[in-house]
Amino acid sequence: MADKTSSNAYWAANIRVITISMVIWFVCSFGLGIILRPALSGISIGGADLGFWFAQNGSIYVFLVLIFAYAAKMNKLDKEHGVQE
Amino acid sequence: MDQFTLNLIVVGASFALYFGIAFWARAGSTSEFYAASQGVPPVMNGMATAADWMSAASFISMAGLIAFGGYNNSVFLMGWTGGYVLLALLLAPYLRKFGKFTVPEFVGDRFYSTSARMVAVICLLVISITYVIGQMVGVGVTFARFLEVSTTTGLLIGSAVVFAYAVFGGMKGITYTQVAQYVVLIIAYTIPALFISLQLTGNFLPQLGLIGGYAPSSTPDDFFLHKLDQVVTELGFAAYTADTPNMFNMFLVTMSLMIGTAGLPHVIIRFFTVPKVSDARSSAGWALVFIALLYTVAPAVGSMARLNITTTFWPGAIEGSAFDKPALSVEEINTNPELSWILNWQKTGLLVFEDKNGDGLIQYFNEKPALAAANKALADANKALAEAPADADKAALEAKVTEAKAALDAALADPANGLNGKSLAEQGLVGNELTTVNNDIMVLANPEIAKLPGWVIALVAAGALAAALSTAAGLLLAISSAISHDLIKGALKPDISEKGELLWARISMAFAIVLATWLGLDPPGFAAQVVALAFGLAAATIFPVLMMGIFSTRVTKEGAIAGMLVGLITTSVYIFLYLGWFFVPGTNMFPNTPDAHFLGISPAAFGPIGALLNFAVAYIVSGMTKAPPQDVQDLIQSIRVPKGAGAAQAH
Repeated sequence: MADKTSSNAYWAANIRVITISMVIWFVCSFGLGIILRPALSGISIGGADLGFWFAQNGSIYVFLVLIFAYAAKMNKLDKEHGVQE
Repeated sequence: MDQFTLNLIVVGASFALYFGIAFWARAGSTSEFYAASQGVPPVMNGMATAADWMSAASFISMAGLIAFGGYNNSVFLMGWTGGYVLLALLLAPYLRKFGKFTVPEFVGDRFYSTSARMVAVICLLVISITYVIGQMVGVGVTFARFLEVSTTTGLLIGSAVVFAYAVFGGMKGITYTQVAQYVVLIIAYTIPALFISLQLTGNFLPQLGLIGGYAPSSTPDDFFLHKLDQVVTELGFAAYTADTPNMFNMFLVTMSLMIGTAGLPHVIIRFFTVPKVSDARSSAGWALVFIALLYTVAPAVGSMARLNITTTFWPGAIEGSAFDKPALSVEEINTNPELSWILNWQKTGLLVFEDKNGDGLIQYFNEKPALAAANKALADANKALAEAPADADKAALEAKVTEAKAALDAALADPANGLNGKSLAEQGLVGNELTTVNNDIMVLANPEIAKLPGWVIALVAAGALAAALSTAAGLLLAISSAISHDLIKGALKPDISEKGELLWARISMAFAIVLATWLGLDPPGFAAQVVALAFGLAAATIFPVLMMGIFSTRVTKEGAIAGMLVGLITTSVYIFLYLGWFFVPGTNMFPNTPDAHFLGISPAAFGPIGALLNFAVAYIVSGMTKAPPQDVQDLIQSIRVPKGAGAAQAH
């Protein structure tokens, strides 16, 4: 294991990445897909409204991009902090 | 070649493929049996995870649930995919770094307690066994329909197939078989969807077809979803895109499915099979890519099949209003070879029509609640009269029938229960004549409804079996490793040899298959209810304990055990209150209706509440007990950094 301070900094950076990712995860599904749907009903997308599309298709695309972006960011962090495999 | 022979050839070929792979990849050591020697490439693991994850419910039932539930049932789409974000971010990399074989093993080591490990074993067994029953039932139903055997025979054939490759292959055999099963199931799901999307919307991609134009319409900017909403609302159903009746409950159900997904042991152990921590992260992404191929298509499959089945019964709806032309006639059903599927499915009881008013036409529409109640009251009164013993008071029963008839006539004459702006009585209707449209029809009969060739139908049969078998195999592995590795090696007989443990792993898997088959012989309704329990419990027990184990250094063994027990008990009790104690019919304390639900929370939505209680109790109890010892603190620090993960072994 790397020394204590370095691994603490790594963990703090990791938590920051997770927090940002979780906010995006929440907004695209629970936010746009459920809670904000009535407010956004004016924006139409192919015969339905934006919230409907996020609930049935859009949120899944966001999840996909999110996981790969997270994996890439973490690989970079691993190297910066010298804790890669 | 007739359809039956074609089904037999395609399904038989797919099984031969699975057996071949299982023989080639059979397991020789416990490491191969439990975790495929941690040598599975991340993309391939993603594909295996997708097959492991997408069950009979995803393949057969989900599109139908969305077709009839519309927007409100988007919970399945978001819930069963969003869970992978939680897995990738919060669990998979750290558990891979931990580098052992089972979920209870992590709980036991992190919470330095065999008791904690055993509580985790109990949670795992309850979750996985309830889940595997549904898969076995799915296998039985699919065999029964496509290979013309009884459901029981179908179930037994399915068990024999799983037995053959799972018991010998272990994780290694299962993994590579699942890769093949994924390929079969995704082809089977998307090919009909591509054809149907092209027919209905002119768009080859179903994802674009869903939000695309409606091809048969003469006006270019007429959207497919507008057409669907127009047709179903005309017939008295709620619009497909209609808003949810209870946003709070929808929120909770989605959350329950998400954290339940992330807490399912058979999914988590798939991430133990990749070589590196960084592979665990990307593998979750690849799993979601392969899952999304089906999940983004599912709403298109459901909504398009629904429009197709509705316009089959109301040909006028293809161009204009449903009432522009008369409804489909019984004569047409009996004589038109393109509609022979209606009679075929009528035999299975999944699609039932009945010309109630004797006009030779089948009018399909949604009965208003008042009318449906009046129809049911009359049927009940008739039944009571027919079944009355010889010495019963016939006059009173006959009076009841007359009274129910009068009530029904009033309901039929009431314009509030009408259709097309007129009362049903004016139009000579007595009720909806397409009395049963089972959800599963939307996928199973989809190729026939869209008039696709016979080999597509055979492919759907093979795909449905692949989906059910791959999930069953993954669950059986989770069950057997919990018994042989955690219960026998971890607690009862720690000095067992590797060879002995491998033998026990195979024995416990064989036992699990027999148990699952036996439970699967029960009425299928049982399986549908217990899925809510599996997700709720995974969300309320496994997910919180793993998350606290990784992200908190302060949670103690007492806290973890108390938390898991609280999650387990509150969630199962809440579900049992509405669905009956241990699902025995009639033992529920409250009716399972939205009005009776506590704060509007349905049993399927309780998972996040159970998880919150688990977290709260664990933190409170941990605060009152002695902090975890130094070696556990070191363990936590070590799983938080990727460096030093066990090297990959040659495969």
